[in-house]
Amino acid sequence: GPGGGAPLENANPLIYRRSGERPVTAREEDDELPDSIDDREIFDILPGGSVPLRSAFLNRAHLIRSINDPEHPLTLEELNVVEQVRVKVNDAESTVAVEFTPTIPHCSMATLIGLSIKVKLIRSLPERFKLDVHITPGTHASEHAVNKQLADKERVAAALENSHLLEVVNQCLSARS
Amino acid sequence: GVKDGSWTVLQVVEALGSCLENTDPRTRGRGIQLLSQVLHQCYSLLQEKEVLHLVLFYENRLQDHHLVIPSVLQGLRALSMCEVLSPGLAVSVLKAIFQEVHVQSLLQLDRHTVYSIITNFMGSREEELKGLGADFTFGFIQVMDGEKDPRNLLVAFQIVRDLIAKNYALGPFVEELFEVTSCYFPIDFTPPPNDPHGIQREDLILSLRAVLASTPQFAEFLLPLLIEKMDSDLQSAKLDSLQTLTACCAIYGQKELQEFLPSLWSSLRREVFQTASEKVEAECLAALHALSACLSCSVLSSDTEDLLDSFLSSILQDCRHHLCEPDMKLVWPSAKLLQAAAGASLRAYHHVTCSVLPLLLEQYTKHPQSSQRRTILEMLLGFLELQQKWGHVEEDESTLLSLRAPVCSVVFSALTDPSVHLQLVGIRALTVLGSLQGFLSPSDLELVVDHLIRLSLHEEDSQSSEAAMEAAGSLAPIYPKVFTGRMVPRLEEELQSEREEESSRDHCSLRQRCLQALAAVSTHTSIVRETVPVLLQHLRKVQKGSEAGSAQDMVSVCQSLHRVALQCQRDTEGYWYYHQTVVPCLLAMAVQAAMQESTHPLLGKALLEEEVLAAMVPVISAATTHLSPELAAQSVSHVVPLFLDGEVSFLPQNSFPCSFQPFEDGECLEAQRRLVALLMAFVCSLPRNVAVPQQERLLRELLALSCSCNCPFTATTAAKCFAGLVNKHTAGQQLDEILQLAVNRMEPGLAEGPRRMQALTLLLWVTKALVLRYHPLSSHLTDKLLGLLGDAELGPAAADGFSLLMAESPDVLHKGCHADVRIMFRQRFFTDNVPKLVQGFHGAGPDVKANYLKGLSHVLNHLPKPVLVTELPTLLSLLLEALSCSDRVVQLSTLSCLQPLLLEAPQIMSLHVDTLVTKFLSLTSSPTMAVRIAALRCAHALTSLPTTVLLPYKARVIRALAKPLDDKKRLVRKEAVAARGEWFLLGSPGR
Repeated sequence: GPGGGAPLENANPLIYRRSGERPVTAREEDDELPDSIDDREIFDILPGGSVPLRSAFLNRAHLIRSINDPEHPLTLEELNVVEQVRVKVNDAESTVAVEFTPTIPHCSMATLIGLSIKVKLIRSLPERFKLDVHITPGTHASEHAVNKQLADKERVAAALENSHLLEVVNQCLSARS
Repeated sequence: GVKDGSWTVLQVVEALGSCLENTDPRTRGRGIQLLSQVLHQCYSLLQEKEVLHLVLFYENRLQDHHLVIPSVLQGLRALSMCEVLSPGLAVSVLKAIFQEVHVQSLLQLDRHTVYSIITNFMGSREEELKGLGADFTFGFIQVMDGEKDPRNLLVAFQIVRDLIAKNYALGPFVEELFEVTSCYFPIDFTPPPNDPHGIQREDLILSLRAVLASTPQFAEFLLPLLIEKMDSDLQSAKLDSLQTLTACCAIYGQKELQEFLPSLWSSLRREVFQTASEKVEAECLAALHALSACLSCSVLSSDTEDLLDSFLSSILQDCRHHLCEPDMKLVWPSAKLLQAAAGASLRAYHHVTCSVLPLLLEQYTKHPQSSQRRTILEMLLGFLELQQKWGHVEEDESTLLSLRAPVCSVVFSALTDPSVHLQLVGIRALTVLGSLQGFLSPSDLELVVDHLIRLSLHEEDSQSSEAAMEAAGSLAPIYPKVFTGRMVPRLEEELQSEREEESSRDHCSLRQRCLQALAAVSTHTSIVRETVPVLLQHLRKVQKGSEAGSAQDMVSVCQSLHRVALQCQRDTEGYWYYHQTVVPCLLAMAVQAAMQESTHPLLGKALLEEEVLAAMVPVISAATTHLSPELAAQSVSHVVPLFLDGEVSFLPQNSFPCSFQPFEDGECLEAQRRLVALLMAFVCSLPRNVAVPQQERLLRELLALSCSCNCPFTATTAAKCFAGLVNKHTAGQQLDEILQLAVNRMEPGLAEGPRRMQALTLLLWVTKALVLRYHPLSSHLTDKLLGLLGDAELGPAAADGFSLLMAESPDVLHKGCHADVRIMFRQRFFTDNVPKLVQGFHGAGPDVKANYLKGLSHVLNHLPKPVLVTELPTLLSLLLEALSCSDRVVQLSTLSCLQPLLLEAPQIMSLHVDTLVTKFLSLTSSPTMAVRIAALRCAHALTSLPTTVLLPYKARVIRALAKPLDDKKRLVRKEAVAARGEWFLLGSPGR
């Protein structure tokens, strides 16, 4: 094992490649043609989709203890917490569903991750959309309870009044790192 | 008085006598201070004897009251600079200081004086000081022990460096000397704000590092310290330790490192495995590289064991198994560590690769998934790239050579993998393998070329296909025969084949690929000689054919020809071949087409389309700019007579049905006149020192054509050609005459008549030609242009003309075609004309105001950003007004001016926050996508203003930005999401 220093909880986690910037197409540059909102667009909005997360958030989440440099954190995408295949949007019916996968089944930060995703979507999508953010089935011990909280508008609103929670969520959503 | 010789120093001493012996230490101090100041003025004039007396006096005074000491030291410092100091005195002064003065209880300035005395003596009395032996070192250690001031430390560190570099005896005091300096490591110093001394933390770090890494004698003390500090919580301490270690490796040998290698390795490994900082990782890898290099280069005595092998073995032991887990986080850190160690020497490379390469090859086969294979191949590529450092593969020792078959089969398998990412890595690996001379066998090479042909032509993904073409381009100069023999014929064949069964669309894209590949592979003279005829042949074929879309095909051929021209510009022989082959051929085809046009209007029409002629321009230009003056003169002596006198003899296939006379009048010559574009491409790309034959006549013809021609394409081209020549024309009477002629033709044309637009175009291009070279007439022409902004008909075009003046033009009047371009012309134009634009705006009627704003926007848009930010505040009120202008060009350019200003001058912008918020928000619903995007970017940039200024607007902005979240264009929504997200964070916790 590694010499010196304390042993790490999860020193060699599985990592996934980032999907990279979405290339701009000629159609997108055409002033006239409308572009519908698609899965990839929602995925790019998600915290840690393409924007690296503030590591403070990861530290709090105790995902990987060794990460402490704010300049190069792993993103939720690299940890496969969010994946494009788990994002479903229907522009015509104005619905968005996002599944996220906590790194370990007992991840204590699952609610917070879900909350960050939800807040980011509320702030970034037109009001007409109905949002559904939940845990990928079978990947968390308290899946049901977490999902219930995330679906509860009043609770989400209340959580955002809690300045401590709001701070963590905001840190997570701040692109400046 | 002492300086001019009217007083001697001893007289001064006598005069001060009572004062120097006064019982009050303050009075004594003042006396000595005065004497010391005198000595500072005149130490260079003193006699040896005087110096002796003064030194004895001052040494004696060192025992005096502490209030006196500073002045005594001042005096000694002056004396330490005397050249006539008797032997032995330096030593005696230093001994006295070491003995009598407790340096660290003095003030900073006085401590600095002591260091100066020591530095001076070390500079002038090195031998005497060395006579003191280790006592001198010990004395100095006591002097600097406890020093805290950064200014003094810089001097003290320099003294220690000199002690070591000049071989002063350290005796038993090595450890003490190390302690007295290493106690500052790692440097923790932040200069106070407004520090007048300007000492930076980095100065101290480098100065201390130079001391610590100055001698192997410190190794046994320093290495444990570095190992300890690498584990520090402070990133700066880690980095400093690693950089110091790297510096040490340059002077250490195996002997110094031996004992610490295991701990050093485990620290480096720990850091690389754990860190998330690229900086720390890079420094760790550099240190490991240095260690490995140091062990590789150490000269060993016959009885010592070579530690390189055991060191590398321990690295392999700790890293090798991680290479087998391509999905895990440690795979890359491990590969990088191994590569850092392997890259240090050929020996290290062999040791590491003979273990790692077979492993990677085996792992590649074991892991079937493309993503895993990609990681493994990327690591393999890293090792192959290291081999490149040592050039060719040496038969007897290379592990790589013995693995040729499996390496090639792995790379080839990557090239046929469905994953584009894996293919791309495979192509890079192929390029590296090809660059290792002697690695690929002839049969491998044929296979390589076949793969490249397949990927270039048939791979669906354009990234892969482009990468394959690039690879062909970089390998072709190494194996020109294989490429001319195998690739060029295949491409030619594909180009000529007429396949019925394929849909025309596929066929078309295959032809495109062939054309691109032909250009890409033309990176060697011998290949250029093969590909250029193929391309020209294809161009002729397309011209003869009657297919729809043949203009687009011709443009593609021209693009390929252009690329070939750029690639052979550095190769004199190939370039001249290219010029001689391509330029006459294109001219001949164009002339032929133009004549057919006048007799049979349907044949060969595509070649004369603006689009195709415009595509030929860069080809001819690129084939001309790099000609030597002699060859250019040879060529110009053919081309100019062709256009002026219809002299066609130098063209291939030069039997034409009628004469070529593009400058003659006549309806049927319209097609011929268009070819002035090709003349422009050639004659405006010539080096400035090449004389153009019949230049004055040519200029007059061009001028006439530009004013009289009804076809805008031809008129504009003639104006550009005229401007290109005028820009390079030597100053003097001839130039003034031709310019006067131009003005005389332009002015009536501008005033009235059917060709006002042509006259404006000529005015713009001539103005540009003169503005670039700071010609005095340029201001007259610019004023004329400014005047036209108020013209109801020409105003908008004149306003757009400012963009033409400021922007880099792609075909003429730029540096690449040897135009006379002064570097500051934009700033100068700004200074000269912006006040006039502003004034014009205020005086203009409402219907033409926008023209002034547009002109201004163009000037501002092309100004370098730093200049813009300093100049803009004066124009701010105008810019705010411009935001309300309904012209979208003005809106767009104003927004793009304001955006950097918001980021870089937030204080000034804060004053206008109310206007800015209102205007930006209203522009987010502009009908033009680009304006909406720019407005949202500005709304985003607003968040860099002070939060307190913004908070009153937060709710309003967030509400307003909800609308663009549902914009029909994705690119607009993206900006809205970014801007709105940032506004939400304003003033909330955790931002």
